[in-house]
Formats: sequence, C-alpha cells, structure tokens
Amino acid sequence: MFEPFQYEFFIRGMVAATLVGGLCGLIGVYIVLRQMAYIGHGLSHAIFGGAVVSYVLSINFFLGASAWGFLSALIITFTARRKEIAADAAIGIVTTASFALGLALISRYKTFTRNFDAALFGNILGVSGQDLAAIIVVSLISVVAIILGYKLLLFTAFDREVAHFHGVPTGWIDTGFSLILAATIVVSLQVLGVTLIASAIVIPPIVARLLTNSFMKMIILSSIIGSLCGLCGIYLSFYIDVSSGATIVLFSTALFSIVMAYTSLRNKSRLRRMSNLSEM
Amino acid sequence: MLHPTPHEQNQGIPIIEIQALSCGYGNQPVLSNVTLDIYRGDFVGFLGPSGSGKTTLLRAILGATNIYSGEILIDQIPISAKRPRIGYVPQLETIDWNFPVTVEEVVLMGRTMDNIIFPWYSAADKEITYEILHRLGIYNLRKRHIQELSGGQQQRVFLARALVSNPSLLLLDEPTTGVDIKTRDEVMHLLHDLNHQGITILLTTHEINAVAAHLPTVICMNNAIIAKGSPANVFTPENFLKTYGAELLVIQHQGMTLVAESPHLDNNKERL
Repeated sequence: MFEPFQYEFFIRGMVAATLVGGLCGLIGVYIVLRQMAYIGHGLSHAIFGGAVVSYVLSINFFLGASAWGFLSALIITFTARRKEIAADAAIGIVTTASFALGLALISRYKTFTRNFDAALFGNILGVSGQDLAAIIVVSLISVVAIILGYKLLLFTAFDREVAHFHGVPTGWIDTGFSLILAATIVVSLQVLGVTLIASAIVIPPIVARLLTNSFMKMIILSSIIGSLCGLCGIYLSFYIDVSSGATIVLFSTALFSIVMAYTSLRNKSRLRRMSNLSEM
Repeated sequence: MLHPTPHEQNQGIPIIEIQALSCGYGNQPVLSNVTLDIYRGDFVGFLGPSGSGKTTLLRAILGATNIYSGEILIDQIPISAKRPRIGYVPQLETIDWNFPVTVEEVVLMGRTMDNIIFPWYSAADKEITYEILHRLGIYNLRKRHIQELSGGQQQRVFLARALVSNPSLLLLDEPTTGVDIKTRDEVMHLLHDLNHQGITILLTTHEINAVAAHLPTVICMNNAIIAKGSPANVFTPENFLKTYGAELLVIQHQGMTLVAESPHLDNNKERL
C-alpha cells in the first residue's frame, strides 16, 4: 500500500496533483457560478499556444504562458463587448486561434514535438522541483486573494450590476480574476494537460453545489473535493497503470455520478415525505 | 383602505436635480433633454411603454448610462464627482435564483463597501442587517436559501439589501412586475411605510391602476417627460395618448381615478 511512496517522483507528483486539484476546485467555484465553464476549457488551449511561443522565444515558461493566457482573456473580454458577438463565440475564436498558433509553430519546428505531449495530456510524474514551487506559489497567492476579496468576489459573482452600483470595482475584480485563472491553468498544465483541465475546474464545484446551498460551504467543499480527486486519482493511477491525468478526471467523474445519484434519490424521498405529510 | 395616505412632501433643496439630461447606451440615445427635481420625502412612480426610458432614467441616476449632455446632482453634488449612496432594488427576474446564497448572505452584500479593509463582515454590519431583517419581518428566514421563499419574501430580501447601506434614496425597477396581487399590495404597503420614515422612493411600473394611481406623484415618460404631478392631474386621455400613443379611457369614480387599459378602444367603438 505504501509502495509508491518510496519514489521521490511519485511523492512530488502526488503533492502537485493534490494542490492543483484543490486550486482548480477553488477557482472553479467562480467559473461555474458565473456560467463560464467554457472559458476554463478555452483558456487552457490558448495557453498551450503561449507555452510554445515562450519556448520558441526562450522566455520563462511560467511567465510567458501566464502573460499569454491573461492577454487572451483580455482579448476575449474586448471582443465580446461588440453586441453582435456573444462571449462563447469570442472564446471559441480567440482560444482556438491561439492553440492553432502553437500547433503551427510545432509543425514548423518539428524538432521539439515530443516536449509538448506533457502540455497536452499532462505528465504528472515528470513534475520538477521548479514546477512544484510554481504550483505552491500560485496556490498561496490564489488562497490569499480569494480570502481578501471574499465579499467583493461574492457580490460580483451574484449580481454584477448592483455590485457596480454599490461601488465594487467589478472591472478590476474581473481583471484580477483572469490573472489568477491564467496562472492556475499554467501551473496545472504539467499535471493535467490542456485537454483535461476543464474537468478539474468544473467537476469539484458542481459536486459541492449539489451538496450545499451556502456559498462559503461550496468554496470549502469544492477545494477539498478537488484535492481529494487529485490525491486519489494519482494514487490509483500507480496501481492500474493508466495515465495520471486521465485517472484523476475519471475518478472525479465517478464521484460526480455517485453524488448526482445520491442527491437525486434524496430529493425524491424528500418530495415523497412532503406529499405524504400534505395528504395527512 | 388599500394604501396609507401619502407622506407630506417637503420642498426646499431637491435631493435629485436632473438638468437638461440626454443619455443612453453607447451611441444610442434613450432620453433627451430631461429636466426634473425630486425632493426629500417624494414617492414617485415612472410610467411609460417599454423602451420609453423609465429604467434608463433610474440607471442614469445610478451612473450606469452614457451622459451626452446635461447633469445629474444628488444632494447638490454631481454624480460624476462622487458616487451617491443609493439603495437599488433590481427586477427580480434578473436574479440568479439558483446561486448558492442564503437570505443573510444576500442582505450583507449591501454592506460590502462599508468596510473594505477586512475581508469579513463586521459586528456593526451584522447588527444593522439583523435590524433590517427584523423590520421587514424576514429575520427568521435568514438561514434559508433564496429560492425557498415566497415572492413577497424574495422582494423583501432585495429591499433589505438596498436598505442596509442606510440610503436616503431608494430606486426600484418594476418592483411589482411578475408578482401576485397579494405580494404587490404587501410590497406597496412596505414602500409607503418606508416613505413615511423619510426615505425618498422612485420606482418604475407598468401598472397604472394598481400601483401608479396610489402614489402621490407620477411621471409619464416617452423618451422625455410628458407630465408630472398627482395621478388625478396627470391621468388624462391627452397625456396617455402622448405617453402610449393610444387613447386610454379615464374614469373618475368616488374620488378615485381609474384608467381602462385597453389598447384597442377605436376598434371597439367601431364594433359597437
């Protein structure tokens, strides 16, 4: 049972998966409540382009890709200001273009194709000390920002317009949040890969939402569920010999299905009890 | 009696001064050359067809439109210079009722900007929140999710959120649209009570007989102000023709002004 723990790479990967799971779960609450799930999926693709460009230009991966992701988020916001263009269409245009740019650069310079498999599908066992340090820094900053901005973020997420009338700087809140989201996706790339990040951002908050009606409880639950999925997913992947990213996603999907079934049954039995009471 | 008597109006310096205001969204003008004074203690209803600029006028006062010319002053300070303290109650249909928040969490939002140094709500925030919840009779519902409430209770929650920041001015966007008759009367009673306590209230409405006729002041709008005054003075066929582009029948009955809200009077006449 403790066999995997004798490998340093496994421990490092496990810590990374737990932190990334919790971080995505935390940030995901705001994404899901503002019905922006698609932006998580889109931005991870955009950031892939940023990662390749950073590599080609020999810029630090974390800084280059984060800046690229943030810039993409700003361009999406700017594009969606046109009344004729809905936000989801803007996301589709900007992020896919960015992803295509990454692919174009890779196919042009075929020599480094192999390096980007990790960015696409995640390679948790290849997590370096530097990757882990970046994950820890982004996690700390995100937790502090979400605690400090708790009231502002809640008001903005629930009722953006009235928050603005009350003097909440909603524009700055959105910009700050885009920065944190971009950084979160960049540090999660190594663990989950472009193609799998969306589920880490969406599933834990949805599971938490099914279990609670309170915003505060949803944030705490979602972070815990995200961490647990990361931890259990990677531990399982060692035994069943399946890629870690895929195992984490499948594990959280299984958890979602169980909670979904449980809450549906619970609601049904509540309804039955209520109708029994009203018949009495 | 359906509604308490209107509050005595105080004249003097207006709480809101709108001077030759033209405003809209982007490059699309909605209101042109609106001049209007609202006094402390006023209770005003804005009437007009959809797209007539009722809501836009409220939003202009809140600083949420593009102002092309003219000015809005609140307590003699231009709104562009200082954000005024206004309680705003949005239309209930704009609310995401599935959002995971309790009654108490929603009402506390109204205190967000009162202490921004601490990320949590202060004891004073909670005290005033509980006081308002008591005043509006929803204190015992404070732990409930917002979806588990009746229409009248939901309206009270958002009224409470507007009131916790201690505003002297309250704006409501169609507070009686989409609610049942009982809720509508409940809300109007509550607003009359608040007005009696000295709060200046502005609201928009589509309901001429049920809402506007019971207010001390009504303003008919159609991208500009058509008429302002007491319902008895404003409710005339000429004013309604200018406001709605349709002839509405006005009936005086036992001191009440009733309006037959039938848009096809001409056709009916022909059939008769």
